[in-house]
Amino acid sequence: MSDLVTKSATELSSLLATGEVSAVELAQAHFTRIGALDAKVHAFLHLDTEGALAQASRVDKARANGEKLSLLAGIPLALKDVIVQEGVPTTAGSKILEGWRPPYDATITARMKAVGIVILGKTNCDEFAMGSSTENSAYGPTHNPWDLSRIPGGSGGGSSAALAAFFAPLAIGTDTGGSIRQPAAVTGTVGVKPTYGGVSRYGLVAFSSSLDQAGPCARTVLDAALLHETIAGHDPMDATSIDAPVPAVVAAAKMRDVKGMRIGVVKELGGEGYQVGVRQRFDESVALLAELGAEIVEVSCPHFEYALPAYYLIAPSECSSNLARFDAMRFGLRVGDENGRSAEEVMNLTRDAGFGAEVKRRIILGTYALSSGYYDAYYGSAQKVRTLVKRDFEAAYEKVDVLVSPTSPTTAFKIGEKANDPIAMYLNDIATIPVNLAGNGGMSLPCGLAPEDGLPVGFQIISPAMRDDLMYRVGGALEAALNDKWGGSMLSQIPALESALIQGGVA
Amino acid sequence: MSEPMMDYREVIEKYEPMLGLEVHVELGTNSKMFCGCSTIFGAAPNTQVCPVCLGLPGALPVVNERAIEATILIGLALNCDIAPWCRFARKNYFYPDMPKNFQISQYDEPLCTNGYLDVEFETDEGMQTVRVEIERVHMEEDTGKSLHVGGSTGRIHGADYSLLDYNRAGIPLIEIVTKMVPDTGKYAPEVAKAYVAELRDIVRSLGVSDVKMEQGSLRCDANVSLSPRGSGILGTRSETKNVNSLRSVERAIRSEMQRHGARLAAGQKVHQETRHFHEDTGLTTPGRSKETAEDYRYFPEPDLVPVAPDAAWIEKLRASLPERPSLRRARLKSDWGVPDLEMSAMVNAGVLDLVEATVAQGADPARARGWWLGEIARIANEKEVEANSLPITPEDVARVVELVAAGDLTDKLARQVIEGVISGEGAPDVVIAARGIKVVSDDSELMAAIERAIAAEPAAAEKVRNGILAAAGALIGLVMKETKGQADAAKVRELLLAHLGH
Repeated sequence: MSDLVTKSATELSSLLATGEVSAVELAQAHFTRIGALDAKVHAFLHLDTEGALAQASRVDKARANGEKLSLLAGIPLALKDVIVQEGVPTTAGSKILEGWRPPYDATITARMKAVGIVILGKTNCDEFAMGSSTENSAYGPTHNPWDLSRIPGGSGGGSSAALAAFFAPLAIGTDTGGSIRQPAAVTGTVGVKPTYGGVSRYGLVAFSSSLDQAGPCARTVLDAALLHETIAGHDPMDATSIDAPVPAVVAAAKMRDVKGMRIGVVKELGGEGYQVGVRQRFDESVALLAELGAEIVEVSCPHFEYALPAYYLIAPSECSSNLARFDAMRFGLRVGDENGRSAEEVMNLTRDAGFGAEVKRRIILGTYALSSGYYDAYYGSAQKVRTLVKRDFEAAYEKVDVLVSPTSPTTAFKIGEKANDPIAMYLNDIATIPVNLAGNGGMSLPCGLAPEDGLPVGFQIISPAMRDDLMYRVGGALEAALNDKWGGSMLSQIPALESALIQGGVA
Repeated sequence: MSEPMMDYREVIEKYEPMLGLEVHVELGTNSKMFCGCSTIFGAAPNTQVCPVCLGLPGALPVVNERAIEATILIGLALNCDIAPWCRFARKNYFYPDMPKNFQISQYDEPLCTNGYLDVEFETDEGMQTVRVEIERVHMEEDTGKSLHVGGSTGRIHGADYSLLDYNRAGIPLIEIVTKMVPDTGKYAPEVAKAYVAELRDIVRSLGVSDVKMEQGSLRCDANVSLSPRGSGILGTRSETKNVNSLRSVERAIRSEMQRHGARLAAGQKVHQETRHFHEDTGLTTPGRSKETAEDYRYFPEPDLVPVAPDAAWIEKLRASLPERPSLRRARLKSDWGVPDLEMSAMVNAGVLDLVEATVAQGADPARARGWWLGEIARIANEKEVEANSLPITPEDVARVVELVAAGDLTDKLARQVIEGVISGEGAPDVVIAARGIKVVSDDSELMAAIERAIAAEPAAAEKVRNGILAAAGALIGLVMKETKGQADAAKVRELLLAHLGH
């Protein structure tokens, strides 16, 4: 394995700046590794070798011309397949979009291209980002590089696996109920869901508009912060985008100082249903933060217990409407357009053939929840719960600066283990969902391997809206302290992919 | 298959009509409701589209501030309350020409509510005014257009294939909904028409739409039901969709009242359904049944933030409202000294603006009115369009009036000039030059023609000499024929009589 691929974006940035490596060489090193090993992981749905090398070459030329470049110029990145990139296939993990090449760039795609980030390709995900294991991808599951028989989390399992497999130092995910943070947790990587409205959604194939948020994925907190500052900021193309300065997350990630910060441990997130090893690593990290000088406070958020059911009314309701546009008329799959069938018949046949089971389940749930006579009981009640969850957060922030919890109740489970039990699958996101409902920022970073299975555990930090810097400050300090304790990053303990065999699941 | 109709007088004797009108106005903003695409009418199909109005995956709407402003202006002009805070909602239903398969609209939180419009209409006893209450004015986006090819009806059923044009998709649309309008009796059709006309005038005066019914920038859905007189029981309504002229609004309501009457009298139910009005037959045919209410699964549009117009802004807009068309009419009526009947004739023909503009160009009001209500209205009628859509401008008419006043055109020639302008031959002076139209006023030329006429009809000339002036007609006719109608008949008569000793 080339040393290059294990380095952080920050380290690579220095190598690029000093000319020790070119952006083209860096992209090629990653493509070589992907080519050799992605058959085992299946992190990518599409590689844009030509586009990536062209971009890398532009960056090299610009550097040779002495142009002032962004820190991330020439750094490879894996883009979750729900974000559009002009001319590059975007499927959202669904058959219904197979072969669609978007005619435009998402705002974040354009911003990344503009600073010279090299987008290697599109990563696998649960269909339309609906799932917690990437098993719902129409193109087959992604395997966790820690153990190929296990899930890499979801929906952004392709992006998290790409980071853990050293296929890219940076990735983009999207998080509607935990789809950035839970994959980060189970792959031992860092994932951040920014404040809702902090990063533009223009060009993010919508699952649930009021909850979706794109964010940075990386192997270090600082790398995530660098990518965060690149993609964040007001976008006139997204009406829900916040027109305010981007929180200074890079500076915060570098502070490594939590003295005097008040950190709230959420009582409701971490009790029953949480794996022992998860609980243990989480408690150790909290103790470490206390050692670093933070004040640890237990806080109660009594309405969090209703967050999951509320989420499973709001998100499906919005998705039932957002996914109505996949109708075979203008783009994507078209099935049965023969024998003089009507447009309506073709729509029905296409949607039946093009959507997978989980997507259909949620469309049906959402359609039902919005129906006349049920709206108040379901969608209406869920919105009330959402307000109560927000108030829980507001009350907690009166006492503390940030909140913390385990990211996910368990470590990575086996592929297929929960595939037929949607409720068990939904429970994966019990600790991440309240954050989306309230629109706060949330981060997951590695906090150790669970003793019982040797798999990564994620530590979640939640910050108030537009105070994303606070979670970076805590995350940066905790990461540094843990790395000191371990004598290196947790990811350096990952088994070599080269010798790993796929066991169980579907390759 | 036409349905039985009840005699209109009988309908009125037995039933009280209840009106409800929903008017859609396409705003004349430069860009669409939620994206920057152009809204110009008539562009090649699918050339004014982008990821947003095509509903491509990932695209998001952003509200056009100008559309909000226009809606507030309309709301204020209709005496509505303007909501300090309101939201858009998604109206979910599948249709091929609707890109997202939901329409961004407003549901239970419209921007404007509780207004009214005082409408003047003509009765046997002169002009009367009725107050039409406005339930709501809300914003939404238009759909694309389907063109069904093949088949005989142009409708989706029986078509070989359909073409979709998304240029219209996302054009800002304002929906203005009245409360139920009772107590209009036999004048229900006239009230409906007068309401739409007044609304059109108001919206036009605000400058927020060109309100052209024939191009669909103002569309009316006319609802009517019949309540048995004195029963207090409301009937079932039908909704005649997209009626596209003022005259059709009136005809559609009248026709529906007669159809409902016949059904009720025969003991049949009126179905709650949409109807299509046919200009040729003056009748409606059934569209979609509304017996089972469609469930649009409305919910607040999560991609947009609430609209919260600032109170100061609203007051600024209120202060900027132009003169109300009804007040303006009163002013013009007195300025021009026009009787009620003539005034309403101008309003009904939709030519008031045109007459005013013609007068502003220096024409005499009576003359200007005469042309717009006479020759031009006649041609408009013949072509079954509104006078204001004919290619003739107030400037053209003012020039014609000027030429007639100067004696350069006779009325008869002026009609030819107007006809030429409307045929697209150019401005009046261009038509006159091209057609070689000129008033023959040269006395010697006329005298020569008169001599020839006398020579041709000596008997008639003799009669005139003997004081039988009625015989002059034949001679004048000959002269006019020879000059191809370009001579001034009065002048010919004067010269002829003088020549023959009178």
